[in-house]
Amino acid sequence: MPATKAAPGRAAPPSARRGGEPVIQLDGVSVRYRVPHERIVSIKEYAIKAIRRRVTFDDFWALRDVDLEVRAGEAFGIVGRNGAGKSTLLKVIARVLRPTTGRVRLRGLVAPLLELGAAFHPELTGRENVYLNSALLGFGKAATRDRFDDIVEFADIANFIDAPLRTYSTGMVARLGFAVATAVRPDILVVDEVLSVGDVGFQEKCRTRMEAYREAGTTIMIITHNTALVRQLCDRAAWLDAGRIRDLGDPDTITRDYERSEG
Amino acid sequence: MTAEAQPARSVPVYDSKDRRPAFIEEVIGLVRYRDLISQLISRNIRTRYKRSVLGIGWTMLNPLLTMAVMALVFSQVFGATADYYPVYLLAGLIFWNFFAQTTTAIMNELIWGGSLLSRIYVPRTVFAVSAAGTGVVNLVLAHIALVPIMIFVGSPITPALLFIPIPVLFIASFALGIGLFLSTLSLRFGDVIDMYAVLLTAWLYLTPIIYPIEILPESAHWLIRLNPMYHLVESFRQPIVEGHLAPLESIAIAAITSLVVLLGGAWFFARKGDEIAYRV
Repeated sequence: MPATKAAPGRAAPPSARRGGEPVIQLDGVSVRYRVPHERIVSIKEYAIKAIRRRVTFDDFWALRDVDLEVRAGEAFGIVGRNGAGKSTLLKVIARVLRPTTGRVRLRGLVAPLLELGAAFHPELTGRENVYLNSALLGFGKAATRDRFDDIVEFADIANFIDAPLRTYSTGMVARLGFAVATAVRPDILVVDEVLSVGDVGFQEKCRTRMEAYREAGTTIMIITHNTALVRQLCDRAAWLDAGRIRDLGDPDTITRDYERSEG
Repeated sequence: MTAEAQPARSVPVYDSKDRRPAFIEEVIGLVRYRDLISQLISRNIRTRYKRSVLGIGWTMLNPLLTMAVMALVFSQVFGATADYYPVYLLAGLIFWNFFAQTTTAIMNELIWGGSLLSRIYVPRTVFAVSAAGTGVVNLVLAHIALVPIMIFVGSPITPALLFIPIPVLFIASFALGIGLFLSTLSLRFGDVIDMYAVLLTAWLYLTPIIYPIEILPESAHWLIRLNPMYHLVESFRQPIVEGHLAPLESIAIAAITSLVVLLGGAWFFARKGDEIAYRV
């Protein structure tokens, strides 16, 4: 595969950081939501309106013509206010949403780190939840078994692993969620607002792991309001405004301009 | 050599442009996520009885006890018209309950799974397929509970019983197809779940499950035969109650309807599937 072409350059991680091959490519990506004009909830209403040809939609373009290229080993931040299209962009990269027009190309294993523990079941034990969550991320049972001890050790919940999840604290759930989602080094790690959960010690541990993965070539995509986080972690940043990329470049400049516009 | 040397794994590449037909993509996805399906099934079975003393025993006891009550009541009414009436009723109800519970579960699963589907990529039918799988496990357990009753009542035990997995396969496909269709509708219309509950009750009484078809006038039988559920139930029940296979006509109709319903439901779900991420 073409990956071998870049092999000599890979020996020096710091310089390779910006020079890796493109792993996330968005070409002219637009996403349209169709919002029914009036909220129709019953079939009867729908049938009546359909007969009268009164079912009308509002088109809402959450993303408009977004071009983006992120390379292997880059940490890329996206800032923007609520409703600017951040979560839609995230869904497009997480492969959950197909763009209405345009093209998305991704290379490698994508791990979403979104709302940790959303898939956990309160009545199942920590152990059962690890296997279930890991399967949701696409890993087989055997693969999870191999990594199980590492996951438990990282989450630091060895004493509680066989207790039902409903007895866990919020911090413990978040720790377990992070440990499962990052058990394998992904090629693309998509990070939401999640890093604000857990205690300071654990946040530090998460950052250390993310940093280590990035050194090894993982691309990190951070989508957040938290401009400090973007300045601290990212190599480049983009400012998303009303579905378009308003500006793209150095994180310090981008976040400063964004903060200024927000007043 | 650095420790960084990548293992020779194949790099998965995703391109939103090159898209296989939704239907084929879904089947490939299901095969790839088969471990998830088996985990969801075991989760469903375990969490249902997690805090009860008898645990999984309820899967067998629950239908047995409810049906014992019904058998007692209805034996007085229909007992004389059907052979081995308790077995007739229990077999019919086990089968019907599977259908009613599975289709409803598929809709509810999509509500739970739907919030996940808008966050991470998982084949969208995974939750429906695992709901159907859970139903099959429960059906098998309830069926085991039927055996002592068959022996007690003295209904014939013959090699025809070996045919049972086939109608189970039919009803599972039938339920999956209906469930996919309904859950697609319920994404858009909140009242589908309630409407369906009413429809289910009507359907149960329109099918000869509690009563034998013989109590109806001969002239009404053709109407009953239009109901695919009649043929599905019969192809399951006759080997159990009468010890021989259902008429070939019933088996053929059951096979064809369940296949058509499965494909139709899956097609509808796949076509509207993209809306899930938009709406849920």
